[in-house]
Amino acid sequence: MSNHTPHLRHSEEYITLIKERSKSKWSLLALMLTVYYGFILTIAFDPALLGTKIGESDTSYGIVVGLGVMLFSFLIMCIYVRKANQVLDPLSKKLRENAVSNGIGAE
Amino acid sequence: MNTGINVIAVGMFGVFVLLTLGITYWASKKMTTTKSFYSAGGNITGFQNGLAIAGDYMSAASFLGISALVFSSGFDGLIYSVGFLVGWPIVLLLIAEPLRNLGKYTFSDVACYRLKQRPTRILAACGTLATVALYLIAQMVGAGKLIQVLFGLEYNYAVIVVGVLMIVYVTFGGMIATTWVQIVKACMLLFGATLLAGMVLSHFNFNPDALFSAAIEKHAKGDAIMAPGGLVSDPVSAISLGLALMFGTAGLPHILMRFFTVPDAKQANISTLYATGFIGYFYILTSVIGFGAVAFLLQNPDFLDANGKLVGGDNMAAVHLSSFLGGNVMLGFISAVAFATILAVVSGLTLSGASAISHDLYANVFSDGKHDEKKEMKISRYATIGLGVAAIFLGIVFEKQNVAFMVGLAFAIAASANFPILFLSIYWKKLTTRGAVFGGWAGLLTATILVVISPVVWVDVFGFTTAIFPYKYPALFSMTVAFVGIWLFSITDKSASAVKEQEAFDDQYFRAQTGIGAEEAAKH
Repeated sequence: MSNHTPHLRHSEEYITLIKERSKSKWSLLALMLTVYYGFILTIAFDPALLGTKIGESDTSYGIVVGLGVMLFSFLIMCIYVRKANQVLDPLSKKLRENAVSNGIGAE
Repeated sequence: MNTGINVIAVGMFGVFVLLTLGITYWASKKMTTTKSFYSAGGNITGFQNGLAIAGDYMSAASFLGISALVFSSGFDGLIYSVGFLVGWPIVLLLIAEPLRNLGKYTFSDVACYRLKQRPTRILAACGTLATVALYLIAQMVGAGKLIQVLFGLEYNYAVIVVGVLMIVYVTFGGMIATTWVQIVKACMLLFGATLLAGMVLSHFNFNPDALFSAAIEKHAKGDAIMAPGGLVSDPVSAISLGLALMFGTAGLPHILMRFFTVPDAKQANISTLYATGFIGYFYILTSVIGFGAVAFLLQNPDFLDANGKLVGGDNMAAVHLSSFLGGNVMLGFISAVAFATILAVVSGLTLSGASAISHDLYANVFSDGKHDEKKEMKISRYATIGLGVAAIFLGIVFEKQNVAFMVGLAFAIAASANFPILFLSIYWKKLTTRGAVFGGWAGLLTATILVVISPVVWVDVFGFTTAIFPYKYPALFSMTVAFVGIWLFSITDKSASAVKEQEAFDDQYFRAQTGIGAEEAAKH
């Protein structure tokens, strides 16, 4: 177990890691919740709006918005995974290497 | 409709069974440790695990059920598709990395990281077993009925065949066999659904708008199928259903368990992303299939009974559509896919239930962590056989019952007990054992009681005229009860052990964020 980590917890890398990760996680989460509950509340309060057809076609806004919410979810995830791979993982890798050289973490 | 045995379906299914038994035989030789049994040694790649998660998650209920919902009420089916998908960003952003970094085999490991073993394990194991049992019964009953129609096999035999195969996969092949059965099934299902949706769209020159026009023309509800209908008629139901679908996914034990099969948190992220891609693509296909069923099957006497209803019920929409578009070969293939789908899902569920019994209850509660691995392995296999036999028995008992509420209740319990404990143990420093136990049980019980006194059980199962609780979906209330309960009983907990648990948070958070000290993959 890693209960010898106080000095690593105060390292610059760790503080940056936490800050960067929290920033992207919570902002993406807030976006996701807004979009999904926007969709759900529209269904609850104004179903006719989603049933409106687009122009001359038979496709309703609801279909497009529903697909849009699904694509949006996937996009949110792509953004986070990209950030994790490019920024966050190199930081935590560095921390792990520091920990190993301090004899911590190897079980 | 065919009441006899469909030779092509049986043949294709036979090939699938032989292949998966071969996989199980291969996996059984690697089943030497509990680590290989619970987590396939942690050696599955992100891409493979993504496929396996998709195979674990895309149940026959969603393939047949969502296309049936689109078939009967159009747009409402899409509400479910969207809801099942938006659970995944939650899994990725809140759960996947810390879960992988803190746990070993089950999500209870994470909850118990700094909380007291015994009460927390018991709660988490009960949450797991409740979710697994409900899901399992629903799948078994669905499987029995489906196989009865598709293969002409009697209901009881169908349930026994499913039960025995899943016992064999899990007992001998553990997580390794389960993973590969799920991967094979995911590929079959994605291929089958692509083919079916492609055939539908090819009749409309790949113009979805023309498909919608044809569906509106055929459906009794006309234009209304393009708008939200009766599924959620009031704001409370809408929000409640939305919550259960979104947060339930992040509390499904058989899904959470899959994150321990990859080597590290990075691969856990990658597998979530792949899984979501496959699952989202699949749900889009399912909607196309549903609208296709409206366009081709409604007003087609070949598939309707004397009352103008679909033969075998709305759940057969996708199956009948395959017969209409591709004849007996396509029907056989889609039937075999549906059967394979059920098998893969029930195997994942059984493995998860068995782990709750052997890893959570036996190894960490009853033997206080003093046990040898051989014995734990044995217990996990007995647990698998026990759960399998129970599933067969319950599947037969519930044949004539309305089990539609069970998956909904499983999601509600997952969202109101499993998810709050997991989420708060990872992110909330002030959480204590007392808070988790009181709030967790309160959430589990509230969800269960509210479902029992709601229209779906009180009226549809027990036959009373009006329900005590007016809403079909309890999550808004039961999640509130769980979170408030956990909060209240944690902040008022001033015991010495509570202080210790709160002090342990910073170390836990460090490991959750960095993966230092995390469980590693088995070395070859």
